[in-house]
Amino acid sequence: MAVLRALHRPLLVLSRQPAVSGLRAQAPGPRPHSSSVSVDDTVNGLSEEQRQLREMMYKFCQENLAPKAQDIDRDNIFPELKEFWKKLGDLGAHGITAPVEYGGTGGGYLDHVIIMEEISRASAAIGLSYGAHSNLCINQLVRNGNEEQKKKYLPKLISGEHMGALAMSEPNAGSDVVSMKMKADKQGDHYVLNGSKFWITNGPDADVLIVYAKTDLHAKPAHGITAFIIEKGMPGFSTAQKLDKLGMRGSSTCELIFEDCKVPAKNVLGEINRGVYVLMSGLDLERLVLAAGPLGLMQAVLDNAIPYLHVREAFGQKIGEFQLLQGKMADMFTRLSACRQYVYNVARACDQGHLSSMDCAGVILYSAEAATQVALDGIQCLGGNGYINDYPMGRFLRDAKLYEIGAGTSEVRRLIIGRAFNAIYK
Amino acid sequence: MKLLVAVKRVIDYSVKVRVRADGMGMVTDGVKHSMNPFCEIAVEEAVRMKEKKIASEIVVVTCGPKQCQETLRTALAMGADRGLHVEVSGADYESLGPLQVSKLLSAIVRKEDIKMVLVGKQAIDSDCNQTGQMTAALLDWPQGTFVSEVVQEGERLKVTREVDGGLETVSLKLPAVISSDLRLNEPRYATLPNIMKAKKKRIEVLTAEALGVSVASGLRVLRVQEPPRREAGVRVETPEQLVTKLREIGSI
Repeated sequence: MAVLRALHRPLLVLSRQPAVSGLRAQAPGPRPHSSSVSVDDTVNGLSEEQRQLREMMYKFCQENLAPKAQDIDRDNIFPELKEFWKKLGDLGAHGITAPVEYGGTGGGYLDHVIIMEEISRASAAIGLSYGAHSNLCINQLVRNGNEEQKKKYLPKLISGEHMGALAMSEPNAGSDVVSMKMKADKQGDHYVLNGSKFWITNGPDADVLIVYAKTDLHAKPAHGITAFIIEKGMPGFSTAQKLDKLGMRGSSTCELIFEDCKVPAKNVLGEINRGVYVLMSGLDLERLVLAAGPLGLMQAVLDNAIPYLHVREAFGQKIGEFQLLQGKMADMFTRLSACRQYVYNVARACDQGHLSSMDCAGVILYSAEAATQVALDGIQCLGGNGYINDYPMGRFLRDAKLYEIGAGTSEVRRLIIGRAFNAIYK
Repeated sequence: MKLLVAVKRVIDYSVKVRVRADGMGMVTDGVKHSMNPFCEIAVEEAVRMKEKKIASEIVVVTCGPKQCQETLRTALAMGADRGLHVEVSGADYESLGPLQVSKLLSAIVRKEDIKMVLVGKQAIDSDCNQTGQMTAALLDWPQGTFVSEVVQEGERLKVTREVDGGLETVSLKLPAVISSDLRLNEPRYATLPNIMKAKKKRIEVLTAEALGVSVASGLRVLRVQEPPRREAGVRVETPEQLVTKLREIGSI
C-alpha cells in the first residue's frame, strides 16, 4: 500500500538481535512507532475525549519513552528524566486531577488511569514514578493542602519543573504502617523530625515530599500521625544511596534520613494528629491509579507477544496458529480485558464521588497478580527469546512483580477486603 | 487571512491492512483509524501561521461518514478554530476520490472566503497525491506542492518544494493552495487541556447537495489485491557464487 505505511512497518527481529535496536532502525518519519495490539475503547466505554487522550498519550510515550525503556531498565537510571518530566507537564499529565487555577488540567480519575496505563505501557518504571508524583504527591496536596500550600507547591509540580514523592513506609513499618517510629517534636513555630523512611519512590530526585511522622507517641498508634510537606535541601534532611531493585529500574528509590530536621509549622498538611485520615483516604485513590500500571504492563506484553506469534514459525507454520498458543493469547487478552473493565469502572465511580475502599483494593490486588501471570505467559510465548534481555519480556515480569508489593502488598489488599466484609457482620 | 485545512481519516499507519473478502477494498470495521500523517503536518503548519498572526482563523474540513468527526476533533485539539464535516456515506463514500473532494473543497472555499488551502500531499490509504493539485485547478489558484517551507511575503508566499534532485523555491500569489511534504514541520501533541477545549469548538455538518456538488464518480474499482509476497532470499558466501546464482536465474 502506501509508501509511508511501508516505512513505518516495524522490523520484527527474530534472530538474536536486540529487539529495541530493530525499532530504532526505523526510517525517519513524522510518527514512528512500533506495532502494537490496539485497545478497543468502544468496548471500554470511553468518551471521545478520553479516546483522544489515550491516542495522544500512546503516541507521545511510544515516541519519547518506549525507545529508551530497555536502557533505563539496564542502567537503573533515566538520564533525560528532567526533560521528560517537563514534557509531561506541557501535555497537562501531571496535574490531571488538579484544579485549573493551580495549573492543573481539571480531569478525573479515569483520565488519570488512562495516562498511567499508557506511560506504563512504554516504561512501567517511569509510570511508577509518574504515579508517585502525580497522585501520591500532587493529588494529596490538592485534597489536603491549604490555599497557601497549594499556591506554593502545585504550579511547579504540575509543570514538571519539580518532582514529588510521598513517604510512609519505614524499615520496620511496611504493611503495618501506623507503627511508624519517625517522630516530629514541636519546638516553637517548628517541628523537629527524626527518623527514617524506606523504599521511597522518587526519593533521590524529589523536590517536594509528603512525609508522615508521629506527633503524639502516647495516643493509639493510628491517632498520633501528622503529614508534613518537606522540601529538598531542608537542613537535617538527606537521602541515602539509591536502591538496586529487581524491577522498576530507573524509577529511583531510596531511604530518607531525618536528623533534627526543622520543618516550619505551616508545612503541616491537613490537621495535627489526624494524618491517618490523609494517609488512608489517599491510599484508596493511590491503589486505584496505580492499578493502571499493571494494565499498561499487560498491554505491553500483548504488544510484543502477539505479533511475534504471527511471525515466528515452527514445524512449518506460524506458532500463533497452534492451539496451545492460541490458548495463551486468549488467556492473556481475557485477563487484561477483565482487569481493565474493573479498573475503569471503579475509576468512573470515583469520578462520580463514590469511593469504595474494598474496590480500590480489589482493582490493584487483581490486576497486579494478573500482570505477573500475563508477563510469565509472555515470556513463554517468546521461548528462548523471552528469556534473554535483548527482548523486553523479562523486564515486564520484573516490573509487574512490584505491584504485588508496592503501594500495599497483596496480603494487605486482601485484608482490607476481608475486613470490609467482617465489618458488615459485626 | 482565513485558512482552510482538509484532513482525511485513514487506517492508522501502524495497522497491518487486510484486503476484504470480496476483494473490493480494505477491511475497515473495528480497525484503528487516525488522521493521515500528511494532513497532521498541514494542520500543524496552519496552527503555526495562526501563532505567528499570519492566519486569523483556521477552518478544518473532512469529507466522509460520521466517524470522521473524530479526525476533526483531533485537528481542533491541535489548534484549529472550527470544523466542517461534509457528510458522505455508503456507496458515495466508497467511491469518494480526489476529484470529488476537490469539488467539495472549492465549493467551501467560495462559501467561506478562504485565502489559503492547506492539504497533505497525499493520503496513506489511496496514495493519490491529487487533491491539492485538482483543488488549485478548480479554483484557478496557484499551487505549491510537496512543500517543506512556507514564508509569507506580503500578498505572496515564498514556498520551498521538495523535487527530484533538490529543492525548488517558488513565489505564489495569494490566494493559493499548499500541499505539505514530510519535512514541513513536526506536528505537536494535542495537550490535555486543549483536548478538553476542543469539545466546545463548533463542528458544522454539511452535505454535498447543500454545497451544490455532485459526488458521482466516473471510476469503478474492479479488484483490490495484496501485493505478491516477497520470496525468501538466499545467502551466498562469495562473489563467484553470486554470479553463478544470477546466471542460474537468468539475470545476467
